[in-house]
Amino acid sequence: MNLQPITCKEFVELVTDYLEGSLSPEDQARFEAHLAVCDGCEIYLKQIGETIRLTGKLSEEQLPPEAKDKLLKIFRDWK
Amino acid sequence: MTGTDSMDDEQIITGLKQREESTFHFLIDRYHASLVRIAMLYISDRAVAEEIAQETWLKVLEGIDRFEKRSTLKTWIFAILNNLAKSRGKHEGRCIPFSELYYREDGHGEPVVPPERFFPPDHPKWPGGWSMPPEPWHNSPEDQILSEELKDCIQEAIADLPENQRAIITLHDLEGWPSAEICNVFNLSETNQRVLLHRARARVRQAIESYYRATMSK
Repeated sequence: MNLQPITCKEFVELVTDYLEGSLSPEDQARFEAHLAVCDGCEIYLKQIGETIRLTGKLSEEQLPPEAKDKLLKIFRDWK
Repeated sequence: MTGTDSMDDEQIITGLKQREESTFHFLIDRYHASLVRIAMLYISDRAVAEEIAQETWLKVLEGIDRFEKRSTLKTWIFAILNNLAKSRGKHEGRCIPFSELYYREDGHGEPVVPPERFFPPDHPKWPGGWSMPPEPWHNSPEDQILSEELKDCIQEAIADLPENQRAIITLHDLEGWPSAEICNVFNLSETNQRVLLHRARARVRQAIESYYRATMSK
């Protein structure tokens, strides 16, 4: 397979499609070929992964007690 | 938590029908914060978003005896929230714009990384290669836990996004909704959703990078 290589500038635009598994097989091969030889892009991809992980952590926020009390009151009034 | 670590829909519905407070407790622990966040996609005022989430719970309780399980409980709860938030948002003159026009105005098609970080296309050795590559982030064990500061930084970055990007990253990366469900709610193609997600993630990454740079130079 003779694949046209991609540049770093192109690589960063394909990251989400790659992570979501929606690149064509050819583009995926080009993406991975570039990744194998480019430290900068490897770091970039890792950081997007880290960004997703950290963003997901925001959902672990605890319910403040005042909010909980208010909701339990709604429950008790309904009951 | 009140000793109920996991419950399936059947158990929750039965629990609510029997007026068990622990079941309601479980539900609000699991979903209330999400409801408020999603309400805030339509409404800017946190207090109003909180009210809408409360109103949602009241409707859930009032409707539970008649709930017919045509959808999962979660889908039903979020549909109630969506309807309430949407009508309230419209009232406030706010809605999430997903029109094609809005895309263009939103810089769709512009690079997600500033072009000055790459060598120009006519560079003899590295056309389109990094001239200012990203520096690795130092993930010491303490960084694995999200510091309050970094959390604020990410939250701010998300809040500053255009509304449609904010909606997608909130639902996809924060709430963990599957793409198909998000596309359904917003009547959006998978491709357009990925474009918005891509732009949003790049902006949040950029904010984290700036945060790490600022803390390193301290």
